[in-house]
Amino acid sequence: MNKSDRAGVARRGHAAPSLKTSSLSPERAAARIVVRKYGGQTRAVIQILQDLQERLRWLAPEALEAVALELKMPPAHVYSVATFYKSFSLAPRGRHICTVCMGTACHVRGGATVLEHFERKLGLRAGETSRDREVTLERVNCLGACALAPLAVIDGQYHGQMSEAKADKVLEPILRAGGPAPDAGSGPEDGEAP
Amino acid sequence: MSCGAFAFKDALVAEIARRGLQDEALVVATGCNGFCERGPILLVHPDGVFYQRLSSADVPLLVEEHLVKGRPVPRLMYVPPEGGLPVPKMADIEFFKHQRLIVLRNRGRIDPEKIEEYIAYDGYEGASKALGRMTPEEIVAEVSEAGLRGRGGAGFPTGRKWDLCRREPGSPKYLICNGDEGDPGAFMDRSVLEADPHAVLEGMIIGAKAIGAARGFIYIRDEYPLAVSRIGIALGQAREMGLLGRDILGTGFDFDLEIVRGAGAFVSGEETALIASIEGQRAYPRQRPPYPAQSGLWGRPTVINNVETWANVPSIIRRGAAWFSSLGTETSKGTKIFSLVGKINNTGLVEVPMGIRLRDIVYAVGGGIPQGRDFKAVQIGGPSGGCIPKALLDLPIDYESLTQAGAMMGSGGMIVMDEDTCMVDIALYFLRFTQEESCGKCSPCRIGTRQMAEILARITAGEGSLEDLEKLEALAATVKRGSLCGLGQTAPNPVLSTLRYFRDEYLAHIVDRVCPAGVCKSLIRFTIDPEKCVGCLLCLKACPVKAISGERKKVHVIDQDACIRCGACLVACPAKVRAVIKHTGGKAGASREGATAPKDA
Repeated sequence: MNKSDRAGVARRGHAAPSLKTSSLSPERAAARIVVRKYGGQTRAVIQILQDLQERLRWLAPEALEAVALELKMPPAHVYSVATFYKSFSLAPRGRHICTVCMGTACHVRGGATVLEHFERKLGLRAGETSRDREVTLERVNCLGACALAPLAVIDGQYHGQMSEAKADKVLEPILRAGGPAPDAGSGPEDGEAP
Repeated sequence: MSCGAFAFKDALVAEIARRGLQDEALVVATGCNGFCERGPILLVHPDGVFYQRLSSADVPLLVEEHLVKGRPVPRLMYVPPEGGLPVPKMADIEFFKHQRLIVLRNRGRIDPEKIEEYIAYDGYEGASKALGRMTPEEIVAEVSEAGLRGRGGAGFPTGRKWDLCRREPGSPKYLICNGDEGDPGAFMDRSVLEADPHAVLEGMIIGAKAIGAARGFIYIRDEYPLAVSRIGIALGQAREMGLLGRDILGTGFDFDLEIVRGAGAFVSGEETALIASIEGQRAYPRQRPPYPAQSGLWGRPTVINNVETWANVPSIIRRGAAWFSSLGTETSKGTKIFSLVGKINNTGLVEVPMGIRLRDIVYAVGGGIPQGRDFKAVQIGGPSGGCIPKALLDLPIDYESLTQAGAMMGSGGMIVMDEDTCMVDIALYFLRFTQEESCGKCSPCRIGTRQMAEILARITAGEGSLEDLEKLEALAATVKRGSLCGLGQTAPNPVLSTLRYFRDEYLAHIVDRVCPAGVCKSLIRFTIDPEKCVGCLLCLKACPVKAISGERKKVHVIDQDACIRCGACLVACPAKVRAVIKHTGGKAGASREGATAPKDA
């Protein structure tokens, strides 16, 4: 905890915290805005972390500590919540998010094969982010769009009835935009010009 | 929605405006119609013509032919999977014929973002009756007499739960709507929240009056952003109209609601865990009793019901207990929504009377199994449920008979499986799921599910032994007995029910080292029939790991060491060639060709 953090806590003892966030670290400034939105209620810590993750893409240690300070809550509690729930990412996430659904309906229609194909194509295991932080590959238990099984979501766009060929097509823009280089074995065919 | 309905709607509105028809045709964006697989869907009133699988490119033709010239477009209508003529009217489509809509009565009919449309179809009539003309005792009695039982899992009588909470001396009291629909394969709660959010709100207002609560919470899982947004809009409109907040409808009754978003933990669907989550804690379940009705949120008496349960309440109050209990069976009243998914022709959400036979759901409503394949089982109740085999197709669907058959109503996910689904693989799938989602509080659940998953993985790898089956059964008993909450107590069900009905498949994996369904990768392999291969290079190009060698017009060969058994070559091989063969085990001749081609093609 540095000096300015302490000052922040002390100040809030008397009056509402300053809304001037220019002198704060980006995480602390974001945390202060979000905490204010929830009236500083400690019970809203899960919602606060969700909003913060939306702003910062992932929850760095600095962000978690900032929430603890703003809520006057032990950092251990913030960490316990952040590590318990799956929607929180404590590692950096990429600019593009690819999510493959592993719900039961997707499973019986070949979801596992689809995920394997994404893993090969992106050179990432589920849960990993490429080193250049371009792409994150995630798996989810069920998105509740079972009629479209097997399903993958790329940057918020739902792509149903996913197959290997279809995956190649939807991943193409990401891979072409300088995403992670696929490993040698799974590259697109040579000379496959459009 | 996911299939591009918003783009279609925009195109339709633009085309209608371009033709100057905006005074004659009104485009209403409704919630899910239920026939999910056929989206985007357009229903043209007053004729009731049903168009499906539309795209923006169909808009000019549709507007020109149907709206301008009054000639419906058969090309865009529904054709039954068995073939035949297009069916123009929604009411004549088999999928809709057998359904009875109570909870989903407004689906495909109203714009869920407009409270006026909800009100126009008798919305908030139940709330105004309950608040204005009924005592809390009368409301509880009505719900009890209706025989409504919890739609989220165990099926506890809703009226009794309310009565318990109403009699508790503690105050304040709270209401919770459990919208943490975590069972994979179930999405009816999402659909209700998205298609008819005011029904949930109205149910909760009535419940609040019954138990004397001033505050309530709607807990919605984070994976459902549209549901969160629609409930938010509905809350704002209800407050503006004086249906929430202080002095509701001038009756002096105060009640308000708040949205809480879940954060991706399956266990938080368990009621005590969900309460902990609202309090800002980790979602750990706790010992019951005391039940939430006695000591729930912040230690206060709390009623917690699932989305579908709440959405049933307005109709019960409006139309009366006698009407509601006339539907269904002796012990299970009303209707139930099922999400019919997997290997089924008509995928989607169906609301049917309790007591309907499984056969009618699968064959009449669901239209049977695609590509003429054989029905094998229906998995009901998610990770807590079990598989119902073909022999029990005439089972009436109610709480008791499902439990007896080793499954469970759960939230109503129905995953249909055909001969290409391996039951051992399904058991492994669910055990991996519960093992991953176990919160870890109880050792039998945390360690037991892991051990069970490892044994199942061994069996699917062809390395199981007969003792493994006994071990699985012993572990299952321990996990059930030694776990605090529903997650652990029911986690072994998928294994127990598949062992009960499909023991022969386990034995095939263990004794013969064969996966009869051709799913388990260690037990299958692909080869190319040199007699049939025409050397077209298609499989070679499709192979993601370049395990196939060959040249144009020359027979291709699969390198078995490099092959990852993904089956891409089988899909790629043209139907008229069918040179790729899938072998389902070591036995000679135990193979089946062209698993993706229709049997009767």
